[in-house]
Amino acid sequence: MEYFLIIISAIFVNNIVLAQFLGICPYLGVSNKLSTATGMSMAVCFVITLATLVTYLINTYLLVPLGITFLQTIAFILVIAALVQMVEIVLKKVSPSLYQALGIFLPLITTNCAVLGVAINVVTKEFSFVPGGMLNLGQALVYAFATSLGYGLAMVIFAGIREHLALNDVPKAFKGVPIAIISVGILALAFMGFSGMVK
Amino acid sequence: MSKWKMITDGLVKNNPTFVLLLGMCPTLATTTSAVNGLSMGLATLFVLVLSNMAISAIAPAVPDKVHIPVYIVVIATFVTLLQLLMQAYTPAMYETLGLFIPLIVVNCIVLGRAEAFANKHTVLESACDGVGVGLGFTCSLTVLGLVREILGSGSAFGWNFIGGNDGMLAFVMAPGAFLCLGYLMVLFNKLVKKN
Amino acid sequence: MAAKSNLVNMVAVLGLTCLLCSAVLGGAYALTKDPIDQAAAEKTNRAIAEVLPHFTDLSFDADKNCYTATDGGNLVGYAIQSEAVGFGGALVLLVGVTPDGVVYNTSVLSHAETPGLGAKCTTDQKFMSQWKGFNPTVKKLSVKNDGGDVDAITASTITSRAYTLAVENALNTFAKVSEEASSGAFARAGSQSDAEEEASSETINEGGLNNE
Repeated sequence: MEYFLIIISAIFVNNIVLAQFLGICPYLGVSNKLSTATGMSMAVCFVITLATLVTYLINTYLLVPLGITFLQTIAFILVIAALVQMVEIVLKKVSPSLYQALGIFLPLITTNCAVLGVAINVVTKEFSFVPGGMLNLGQALVYAFATSLGYGLAMVIFAGIREHLALNDVPKAFKGVPIAIISVGILALAFMGFSGMVK
Repeated sequence: MSKWKMITDGLVKNNPTFVLLLGMCPTLATTTSAVNGLSMGLATLFVLVLSNMAISAIAPAVPDKVHIPVYIVVIATFVTLLQLLMQAYTPAMYETLGLFIPLIVVNCIVLGRAEAFANKHTVLESACDGVGVGLGFTCSLTVLGLVREILGSGSAFGWNFIGGNDGMLAFVMAPGAFLCLGYLMVLFNKLVKKN
Repeated sequence: MAAKSNLVNMVAVLGLTCLLCSAVLGGAYALTKDPIDQAAAEKTNRAIAEVLPHFTDLSFDADKNCYTATDGGNLVGYAIQSEAVGFGGALVLLVGVTPDGVVYNTSVLSHAETPGLGAKCTTDQKFMSQWKGFNPTVKKLSVKNDGGDVDAITASTITSRAYTLAVENALNTFAKVSEEASSGAFARAGSQSDAEEEASSETINEGGLNNE
């Protein structure tokens, strides 16, 4: 039952972009076309889930027993950098078209706050719907996967909005990023309606 | 380019929030009040200046193919140093800023300036650039935090001027952050383009 | 401008950087460990000082999340950390209970309630002051909507219910803790006369009332 709560909370109530403010830079950069937005969401989903798995294990079996949790930031970001490098190499071989479409944004997943943010949250934050507060590995993976689904959902919705915005008559000072950010604000307002769903 | 110009460039011409559009995540998340925005800006300034100087110093010795991981390790070291210092000496602000202190590592501003500037200039010039961009970031965050605090809680820098907490709460929460930033960008564009 | 990118150079530079940085951080960690622990202890002491009368010593029971506060050997009270699920997540309270079972004061450690509504549980004076000296044997521990004696925060019934539930949880923990303490005292007293035991328990109660 708690897995269901984790999923609903991660996708709707505490949406990673619209409520937690993580992953904004690529969110604004990639979402002007629906196709790139979808491709990017899938890549981010894969990296977040895999990164959470590896960093959780490293934290539990290496950092905590040795008492060196202060090296957490360094260890986690190195893992993420290595993982993204691997994803690049694999993607180049398996799907060169997607690799071309994502372009510069693929290596930029390393600096995506969402990936490091989720990895750190999972090992430090206390969650209210889990007894004891701290997540075990299974719950952590479900949380990470659900979070990236929420990221994808927000991105796809936003790409749709942006495609419509591009056809509209926007005042000159608002053109480009300002109107995009204001639209995200209204979208965030809509998602606020989900709060209170998870009791 | 004079050192002084490097510093002032970061405030307007190269303002990281309104011109370079970098570091959006901490900008939106930590500006619930002017003091929070100011603290986050200063924390980022600390890391930015030190990492710029360190990377400028070691850049000639770093092979091109590993330069990204090496830069990241250096930046992460300064971020962890900041974490330890804040935890020890400013525990209240450490808890308020929370997750966003370690996230300075992936703040595009820090890695971006290292890549674009620090590895091609001297240590002193890189320090000036770090101060300039860091101050620009701090000013943007403080202004955004001030606007959100005035609208959302009716106070400025903690001094409450409407008696009670009946502000427009949306501005202290998620949607307000996006809306305020968007409108501030419009204002910035109009003011700067007019020059 | 950069060095050559052969394997030896790359491995050496990356390895050396990691080693150097870890050493720097290890040193920094050793230097800041004491201030960090001190800051954490001060925070705990400040929080407990809010919810209990003056004390000099603390002992912590991790199983029950309960601090026992004493003043020179005399029991001052218990500061119990309890929680309940509020509107936006966990509502964590620190409840100070004097040995007579009366709530001395409560304070919110963390919450995820809506600003301007449930979040008023940390600012609404009318709501917060009703918990000072709240006697569960005299007043009913549920919100007025549910037939009890607790004044809820305007338009925040869910948060108020969660707060009340958290206080109830704390009092349940208090019941368990004081039962264990008194059964331990009885076991120690053993051959002491009943009159002596009654006299010593009355002294503790008087001490608690005087401190209010």
